[in-house]
Amino acid sequence: MTFRFRGSAIALAIAVSMVGAARAEEIVVQAINTYVGFTVDRFNRENPGDKVHFRLVSYQSILESLPVQLASGRGPDISIVGDWNGLSKYYLDVRPYVDAAYFEREFGVMLPMLRGTDSRPDAINGMSSAITMNGAYVNLTLFRQARVELPPPGATWDDWAAACRKVAKATNTPMAMEVDRSAHRFASIAISYGARLVDARGNFVVDEGLKTAMRKFVGWHRDGTLPMDLWGAVGGATHRDNFQDFMNAKVVLYFGGSWQLERMNKEVGDLFDWAVIDAPCGTSSCALMPGGGAVVGFKHSKAPKLVGRFLAFAAREDVMREQLARGANIPIAATLVRTGVAYPNASERVREALASYTRQVSTNIPPAAYAFQGWRFQRAAMNAMTTRISQVLNNELDIDTAAAFIKKDVDLAVQVTRM
Amino acid sequence: MAPGLEDRAKAVLGAVAAVPARALEPAMVFLQRVLGMKRLPWVFLAPNLIIIAVFSLLPVLVNVVYSMTGGESLYPTQRHFVGLFNYETLLACDNYLDPSTCTRDLFWRAVRNSMWFVPLQVTIMIGVALATAIALNRRIRARGFFRGIFFFPVMLSPVVVAMTWVWLLQRDGALNGLLAGAGMPAVSWLTEPSRAFKWSIFVTVWAHMGFYMVILLAGLQSIPADLYEAAKMDRASPWRVFTRITLPLLKPVLLVVFILAVIRAVQTFDEIYVLTGGGPGSATKMIVHYIYETGFAVMPRNYGLAAAASLLLGLVLFGFTALQMRLSRGGRDA
Repeated sequence: MTFRFRGSAIALAIAVSMVGAARAEEIVVQAINTYVGFTVDRFNRENPGDKVHFRLVSYQSILESLPVQLASGRGPDISIVGDWNGLSKYYLDVRPYVDAAYFEREFGVMLPMLRGTDSRPDAINGMSSAITMNGAYVNLTLFRQARVELPPPGATWDDWAAACRKVAKATNTPMAMEVDRSAHRFASIAISYGARLVDARGNFVVDEGLKTAMRKFVGWHRDGTLPMDLWGAVGGATHRDNFQDFMNAKVVLYFGGSWQLERMNKEVGDLFDWAVIDAPCGTSSCALMPGGGAVVGFKHSKAPKLVGRFLAFAAREDVMREQLARGANIPIAATLVRTGVAYPNASERVREALASYTRQVSTNIPPAAYAFQGWRFQRAAMNAMTTRISQVLNNELDIDTAAAFIKKDVDLAVQVTRM
Repeated sequence: MAPGLEDRAKAVLGAVAAVPARALEPAMVFLQRVLGMKRLPWVFLAPNLIIIAVFSLLPVLVNVVYSMTGGESLYPTQRHFVGLFNYETLLACDNYLDPSTCTRDLFWRAVRNSMWFVPLQVTIMIGVALATAIALNRRIRARGFFRGIFFFPVMLSPVVVAMTWVWLLQRDGALNGLLAGAGMPAVSWLTEPSRAFKWSIFVTVWAHMGFYMVILLAGLQSIPADLYEAAKMDRASPWRVFTRITLPLLKPVLLVVFILAVIRAVQTFDEIYVLTGGGPGSATKMIVHYIYETGFAVMPRNYGLAAAASLLLGLVLFGFTALQMRLSRGGRDA
């Protein structure tokens, strides 16, 4: 009897486990930051019936491999994407699985930028807990040593370039300013000089604002304010940053990204005095540009419901707060921008920098910057700008010809998608 | 081994080897009867032919399809026929000597760079490889060690090679460190176009020279020693020995090395991609780099244009291969 009972119990256990196995769904989440992995771990702990696998990949892989994977109907179920709208035709509409009103309320700024032309106009494709920002890091110690006054908030690029040159000269610092070799950085400078980049009909615009910014930018290279090592030394659309120059106090002002804060926190700390200043301004606005990764689900997923559940989980306020605190990132969700985030592990200086960024998110980002960030052909335009500006710096093209080529490159990219 | 034992071992091995042959014999006889002697070789060739068809010919055909279709889809069935549009886009130019007047100026800059890079790199590569092979063919001390040292870079991944040189040549690299130690100003090794181009040639020669050196060394060792002894008895000068004995007898090997080096130089991508990213500007962008960027590194992917460019490159390489076949046949006829 006992034997029969034990046998039945085993059979029942096997049957239950098989049913469980049949119902359990698995998805793969891909990201470039380990702190997304903590969110995945937390989801798995709170949802033992499901399995979410985390895959850490490089930013280059997101840019180059993911589009090919998606085009072939493969790849992860959820991934961080840098090209928000460029891949939108692959995005899953998770509206049926999430609290749509909550998403609209919290991520209203970014949802339109993820929607492609082939999605429902009210589709919800994903979200992001964090936003990245272009930001200017300044070595305050060098300013103090040179006895040069910091330009006030609202100061122009010219003011900053002049001040940094003075500081570099007085302190024998090798470089006055550095700007990442990234068209995202350049685009924000261009917008600050009045470049529209994209018109209301979604066409790329080469205007006097863009050309003025190109002239300024090339001029700073010619007069030695910016070194040739970044924009001048490499070809094509290659991304390059030399943030270690700022960490080694070899440059007075570094125009990079908010994600460098973590490195500053860990590697510089209090070795010298530094700050993230309010973005320098052009003649039209200040050089602010939202960016970073959006977390989206993909249509090819065999477990769309789980994709939706994971995105809803990742969008929960407490989960976002934890993730932002871990990564020392700037919030984008409306409630968190309004109420602020505590960063218990960050130094006082990093907290100040984050507060500065968060303040600028809510007040200063020009509409043209949002329009460009959410534009379908943003990546094509950025590739063209990086490539052509490098050619101008190396005397292969003049500014007008380069601007014409940027337009031609983007037009060809648009034409390819319409073939 | 004793002769008797050796014979016995041979007999045993022969008997073992004959077992499968005997087992297959009826099937072979059947095939021969059905297909006839003329068709039977195709049965044996079929496995290799299928592999070549699937992995070489089919991709070429798919590439032709891509080059004549447009759109950003990866699936050929979802792409639209555009005829010669991609070729026309690539080749449209007001003045081929001035890439700025071409619709796709970067393609023509890459072509121009490759046209400089290939002859310079191949000439230097073969010259250095030959000189090194001749030096290492002599009885010098630590000959094996030096052969290993010169061959070592060939075993490294191209990315490792390029990264090593980036660390040496960048602004804060080892080379500028040495200059600073000697009280000299730093030099922009990779940020000045012509310097970056020269370093691209140097690094690729450094990375691949060992491979060609080994082939040439094998060629040198196959030249009969008595020819050199006779020349020595005739008191021939080293230059005369080189031009009258070494070079003529090394000609078939040099031809193979030349063709391999040219094909490799035309295909150069990885080292330069890591070293300079094709820059400064487009000073070191080669054709394969252009194809990669167009097809895989920019959004949206322009597979059609990349396929058209790669087919044009394929035609050039086909020309070199035909040249090799013609020259090698000429050598045999002579």
